[in-house]
Amino acid sequence: MSANIIIEQFVNGITLGGMYALIALGYTLVYGILLMINFAHSELFMLGAYVGLGVLTVLTSEPFIGRLVESAPYLSWLVPAREFFIGGPLGIVALFAIVFLTSMIMVGLLGVLIERLAYRPLRHAPRLAPLISAVGVSIFLQNAVLLWVDSKQIPFPSVLGTSKAFTVAGVQISTLKVVIVTTAIVLMIMLDLYVSKTRMGKAMRATSQDREAAGLMGIDINMAIMLAFFIGPALGAVAGVFYGMYYGSIVFNMGFLPGMKAFTAAVIGGIGNLRGAMLGGFVLGIIESLAAGFISTGYKDVIAFMILILVLVFRPGGLLGESVVEKV
Amino acid sequence: MGGGKMDINTKVSSGRITPMKAAVYALIAVVLIVSPILFEGFGLLFLTRIAALVGLYVMLALGLNIVVGFAGLLDLGYIAFYAIGAYSGVIVGTVAIRYMPPAMQPYTYFLMIPVAAAFAALAGVMLGTPVLRLRGDYLAIVTLGFGEIVRIIINNNAFGITNGAAGLPRAGEFLPKPAGLEWLQSNAFFTLPNLGANGFTFSFSGNLYWYYIIVLLCCAAIFVVRRLNDSRLGRSWVAMREDEVAASSMGVSITGAKLWAFSLGAVWGGIAGLTFANFQQFVSPESFTFMESVFVVCTVVIGGMGSIPGAIVGALLIQGTPEFIRGFASSGIIQGLSGEQVTAISNYRNLVFGLGMVLMMVWRPQGLIPSKRRAAELNADDDILEEENETLYDIQHDTGRFGDSADQ
Repeated sequence: MSANIIIEQFVNGITLGGMYALIALGYTLVYGILLMINFAHSELFMLGAYVGLGVLTVLTSEPFIGRLVESAPYLSWLVPAREFFIGGPLGIVALFAIVFLTSMIMVGLLGVLIERLAYRPLRHAPRLAPLISAVGVSIFLQNAVLLWVDSKQIPFPSVLGTSKAFTVAGVQISTLKVVIVTTAIVLMIMLDLYVSKTRMGKAMRATSQDREAAGLMGIDINMAIMLAFFIGPALGAVAGVFYGMYYGSIVFNMGFLPGMKAFTAAVIGGIGNLRGAMLGGFVLGIIESLAAGFISTGYKDVIAFMILILVLVFRPGGLLGESVVEKV
Repeated sequence: MGGGKMDINTKVSSGRITPMKAAVYALIAVVLIVSPILFEGFGLLFLTRIAALVGLYVMLALGLNIVVGFAGLLDLGYIAFYAIGAYSGVIVGTVAIRYMPPAMQPYTYFLMIPVAAAFAALAGVMLGTPVLRLRGDYLAIVTLGFGEIVRIIINNNAFGITNGAAGLPRAGEFLPKPAGLEWLQSNAFFTLPNLGANGFTFSFSGNLYWYYIIVLLCCAAIFVVRRLNDSRLGRSWVAMREDEVAASSMGVSITGAKLWAFSLGAVWGGIAGLTFANFQQFVSPESFTFMESVFVVCTVVIGGMGSIPGAIVGALLIQGTPEFIRGFASSGIIQGLSGEQVTAISNYRNLVFGLGMVLMMVWRPQGLIPSKRRAAELNADDDILEEENETLYDIQHDTGRFGDSADQ
């Protein structure tokens, strides 16, 4: 096993880890506030990829725009727009901004809607009820995409092509990987600042510590919960679009495995702990990539699940979580 | 304990058999025995097959009911036991028949029942031991991980014994016909040409054989599950489900209760798996996906957690409905349904299930036919119970919450 492969797998691991961390933040935000596992989060990640693909198609697919303009001539401005978007660096940055923002907003709003319809009525139900409801939402969303969009793998355009950003010790690193990791880190820093510095962030923290007391102090709890259900899925949507670009295709059930792994990442870091989720994402991504390179590709998912079980059994608080003495 | 309507002496099954009940049971027995003969005779062979499949789901639902309904441990990887039962039985069975005298071979299936049950129970203990301290949603996730691990290991042809995605038995190997089937197939047939439009032609099929085996196994499962529910162990499950700390301080062994729940639940999954493999004459990892686990959970939840009639109704609804529609459509009994429409219906099944699970939790969390005791609990509108539960869980799930570190 040469050093090149180690570096390559390490870089892949960081890229994968950035995506896991973004998804894991969604699990951890919701768990922190509501103490529930939002099982449907992996489906929101998947929908993020589909929305992203939709926007990309409308803005950059030549045949699609051609057909669109034919039937609706007032949309003819899409043709020069397409040239701008794929023309130069500025266009690509604008394209990325539009794709990601649309995907984030739509998926975030869907997250809020799901909370309102499927979880809020169960806020005082026995603890298994919201989990089962979430599994139901997850099945519903998956099959909605299967039935109403496509059941097959859809190719995802690689906007950045295969351009190489730079070379480290003989290993070429693609621009896409750099973009993924940078974006993930920037978003995480923004979230961290938002939660620790702003008024709304403080309200969210208060709600997570003691929902009732926070309510008594005049904090709009529902607002804080809705915010968690907007931010989490929005970050998941970013990961979804990146996932599509990274692997080159998307499919209706693509959410399950990354979702489980991101949940593992959240648990590794200490669920409910934002920085923990970020750390856990990178740790898991790197472990998984190295395991795929050194042990076996077929068993990399088994390794991720084994880590999940081991962490839950031996250190349920995670790496950054405090282990709390059980008291009654 | 919530509600106050029930006390510790309330039995889920009342033991006394009244003449009325006896008549109902007799009627059910007659329907179960005679109807498949009618199906076969009138050429509706697919109905026997569906009935057998529904029966397998009833067994699975009853087994999972022990874990989820009685003990209150949400298991999202239950299908792993189904897989373990199927694979262990088939693998051990195909090795065993090499050393068996030919006269013994038809009994392989029956000999493998304890083997499959033992492997599944062992897997249940193996899963149960490390997760003893976990509860609620953490447990659900670990069981889900366990289910996936089992499936991936089988799919990767672990140790060269599972034959990977190609499934078992391998080419050249076979699952022997079970005892008596050969004889029945060649001797049990009759025709009544004047009955019905196309006459009545009965011949004993393999599906019919497995149908009767599955019905017998279901009866055994129902008997065992009912007895368990009223046993000392069953009561400790109820106590543990309602309040683990209180139960433990009253002397209930939580470790024991949980391990028994996992292993006894797994046993039925394992037996169902072995039967499934023999019924299908084939087993492959794609029968054991996470969605299958979810369907079994759906069956239990929609029927009513902890309720035995609920498990049966749930299995009929979830496994039966789409199969019936598909069967009727493909046999031309429902006219005017194209193949595409039939596929669409079975695809929409999952969509409806997802929606059904949400609506069920919002409007009727106790299920269609709730168990009396569970209903008393779930309807608990006394605030004290709710508050108690919340504080308990809150404390035990208290890990470092998000943002806490940002304060320091």
